[in-house]
Amino acid sequence: MASRAPQAATATTAIAVTGLRKSFGEHLVLDGIDLTVQQGTVFALLGPNGAGKTTMVQILSTLIRADGGQAALAGYDLNTEPARVREAIGVTGQYSAVDELLTGAENLMLMADLYHLGRAAAKARTGELLGRFDLTEAAGKLVATYSGGMRRKLDLAMTLVSEPRIIFLDEPTTGLDPRSRRTMWQIVRDLTRGGVTVFLTTQYLEEADQLADQIALLDHGTLIARGTPEELKRRIPGGHTRLRFADASTLAKAQAVLARPGKPDEEALTLEVPTSGSVPELRGILTRLDDHGVDVAELTVHTPDLDDVFLTLTGN
Amino acid sequence: MMTSALADSATMLRRNLKHMLRYPSMIAFMILMPVGFLLLFVYILGGTVGPAGHAGRAAYATFITPGIIALTMVAASTATAVSVASDMTGGIIARFRTMPIARVSMLTGHVGRGVIQTVLGMVAVTAVALLTGFRATTSAASWLAAAGLLILFAFALTWLSVALGLAAKTVEAASNAPTPLIILPFLGSGFVLTQSMPTAIRWFAEYQPFTPVINTVRGLLIGGPIGNNAVIAIAWSAAIALGSYLWARKLFSRDPVRA
Repeated sequence: MASRAPQAATATTAIAVTGLRKSFGEHLVLDGIDLTVQQGTVFALLGPNGAGKTTMVQILSTLIRADGGQAALAGYDLNTEPARVREAIGVTGQYSAVDELLTGAENLMLMADLYHLGRAAAKARTGELLGRFDLTEAAGKLVATYSGGMRRKLDLAMTLVSEPRIIFLDEPTTGLDPRSRRTMWQIVRDLTRGGVTVFLTTQYLEEADQLADQIALLDHGTLIARGTPEELKRRIPGGHTRLRFADASTLAKAQAVLARPGKPDEEALTLEVPTSGSVPELRGILTRLDDHGVDVAELTVHTPDLDDVFLTLTGN
Repeated sequence: MMTSALADSATMLRRNLKHMLRYPSMIAFMILMPVGFLLLFVYILGGTVGPAGHAGRAAYATFITPGIIALTMVAASTATAVSVASDMTGGIIARFRTMPIARVSMLTGHVGRGVIQTVLGMVAVTAVALLTGFRATTSAASWLAAAGLLILFAFALTWLSVALGLAAKTVEAASNAPTPLIILPFLGSGFVLTQSMPTAIRWFAEYQPFTPVINTVRGLLIGGPIGNNAVIAIAWSAAIALGSYLWARKLFSRDPVRA
């Protein structure tokens, strides 16, 4: 896919990246990335392990320098005004960035002190975040005793102490149990409601689908596709309903009866009927088969998800 | 900018002091090592090396205490290099690097802790030395001058340890990096007079940085000529501190993620 130049930075553009390149030695990690993220939206960078997602976050969050290309965050140039960029961003990395030898409350106070909030404001902010992330009870315990989910929550709470306008979340739910994952998703949704821009990396397609306004697929250092979750799903073969029958004659009868019978599989005794998966459509198909005395042995509905997009586009 | 560097350094120092209190095995190690050498020299070797009898033991304890204090500084250097390296390999430094804070504070916090830790170690080891018979024979002003020089030299060695901790790729490597320094008080005036050494070793002993420090402290605490030792000790401290600071700053400003 041809890379589009990002739109000129406007008041509503939170992140604008052009031609970003990075190699580690001989290994080319990012090969000319262009992207734009609008303020108050969630942007998901999706890709398999080793695609360059973390490198992208490390560059945009001023941790490491790119070899080439331009990037502006909150209107500030990454190369010439990194200090300004740092004032606007917050980062929760893949590896827990909490201080194990401090308590949860002390970690938050440390952040507040480094942002020069002042005693009273620091205390208030710390208390508020502990409450919001359900950590009040554990506030006085050393982080070394925290569970993985609690660490992740504390990590994000620390990122929010400064009320950043742009937040980077590098694989925020990797290794979390399903319940903690849902909690994390809700927190991200709440953030964008307040106008915060979220740049998220994930290898979970469901996560991108759940959270993102825009998704870009990163593979081997280039963006191979981008769009809304809906747009990406439209790029691949549509959904279908697979009907299995008891024998070949029933299969043939079903084929004759249905308006759009789709592809038959004589071996498996199945029909793949193109459908959107909606209930009225399914009811129509089943009623028609029933009216003609055709028994369906088994029915499975397959709607396209981002896994299909990913598999189709990366070809593996 | 300057005020934020000071405020951020103070914040980082508070963080590092909390670490020190919550991980006391570091301090225990840096006190036990020199105390072990002190007891070994005074009670096992002291009878032979020093003048005979109980008075001889005490005199030898008095003679080697400046060398034992120098060993304490080396042990403290290991502690500092280890805590810097383990901090750098943890995730929180990556967070600090993406925050709008004075970057030098990530190092000065460790330097402050290192100096305080070294001073605590030197005080504890000196207290044990007093129990084994060490006696200073000079004035309070001399004590203060000796303390001042020791703190200055500890400051220089702490910057060196911070740089060594940054240069190390792993915590294990960092814990080994300052170990060669342990030989310096021995290949100097710490335990015997340099005049008694073979020529080549004597030359090294007289020109390495620990010797003028030990000689000056010995002169201040138990009397005797100091000569130009004090000036040389201060010059070495300044040179080590400046060189190590520049090296540490260069190491720290490299990209933390490399090929």
